[in-house]
Amino acid sequence: MMGRKPYIREVSKTTWWLKHPRYMNYMLREVTSLFIGLYTAVAIDGVWRLQQGREAWEHFIAWTFSTEAVFMHIVFLVFAVIHTTTWFNVTPKAMPMHVGDEPLPDAAIIGAHYAGWVVVSVLALLIAGK
Amino acid sequence: MSNDRTITLEVMRYRPETDAAPSFQSYVVPYVEEWVVLDALNYVKDNLDTTVSYRWSCHMAVCGSCGMMIDGEPKLSCKAFLRDYGSKIRVEPLSHFPIERDLVVVIDDFIEKFTRIRPYIIAQSEKPVSEGEYLQTPAQLHKYKQFTLCINCLLCYAACPQYAHNPEFVGPAALSMAHRYNLDSRDSGRDLRQEVSASHEGVWECSFVGACSDVCPKHVDPAAAIQQTKIASTMDYYKALLPGGK
Ligand code: SF4
Ligand code: FES
Repeated sequence: MMGRKPYIREVSKTTWWLKHPRYMNYMLREVTSLFIGLYTAVAIDGVWRLQQGREAWEHFIAWTFSTEAVFMHIVFLVFAVIHTTTWFNVTPKAMPMHVGDEPLPDAAIIGAHYAGWVVVSVLALLIAGK
Repeated sequence: MSNDRTITLEVMRYRPETDAAPSFQSYVVPYVEEWVVLDALNYVKDNLDTTVSYRWSCHMAVCGSCGMMIDGEPKLSCKAFLRDYGSKIRVEPLSHFPIERDLVVVIDDFIEKFTRIRPYIIAQSEKPVSEGEYLQTPAQLHKYKQFTLCINCLLCYAACPQYAHNPEFVGPAALSMAHRYNLDSRDSGRDLRQEVSASHEGVWECSFVGACSDVCPKHVDPAAAIQQTKIASTMDYYKALLPGGK
């Protein structure tokens, strides 16, 4: 019998995701969650200011109108949209649904998520506008 | 069809008895419009170099044995048409598996995992043949049918970065086959399979890159099977917390 000597190709621990656009897209989706986290921190900071009293709160609100805060929010928004849409688009994989015996088309499941997003956004805007 | 057009096939070679590491060898083969990469390899083997090793059998995308990296992408070589590539095509053994020889990889690891998930129907109780078939409605069949289409070609493992970094990961094809049997109305072996599927090396090692589903030639969508298993396992966890939960 001939001797075996299987050869193992190493995969880089740090640069593997540069090897294929599909890996880069995945990394982008993962990185966006960082920005979601950062925005959550900003929002928590706002609540913190609110409980500190009127002055602190108004200071916070004034800050949100500053150039850097507006810029930051635009960046957050872009990443939040990427994060949200990439996840919405994979929901039919995780949650296939049936109506009776018929499978629900992917578009319907994804569409329901977008519809929910619109409803929640409109509600939030209505409440904020009060 | 022009008869003098050719393409260059760059084939990764590894001869364990002489080579310390793999290297590429180029072969010039005729370009034939309806040829797939496997035809080009067969041309090499028949006319240029009998020593090139690779696996294949059906030449019709059903046996699952001809998987290889074609221009860096895991593909069935019997389904990859020359006309979809440039004048130079690079062929390598499937990524993330040890190379046995040339384009042949060692798949023992997969076979072991596949066996571990018990890829067969485990009935609650065997009924005698005289009692007839185990009946199933079209709707019950539809639930799992897509996951039966797997041909064990392992393209999904070659695409999966998690498997690349943690060879303990049970991986896409084995996990979706477990899901296939769990969804089968005739089966009651889920608890046994969950020991593997719901373990850390099971579905929880998956971070949903989704590469497996992108490359699967049979549209099995293993990523979907894995995410569904994650949801079902999470439900198990919460159910167990409820009073009367097991
Ligand atoms: S799930 Fe698809 S890619 Fe993976 S082994 Fe089965 S057929 Fe091949
Ligand atoms: S030779 Fe059978 S799948 Fe390609």
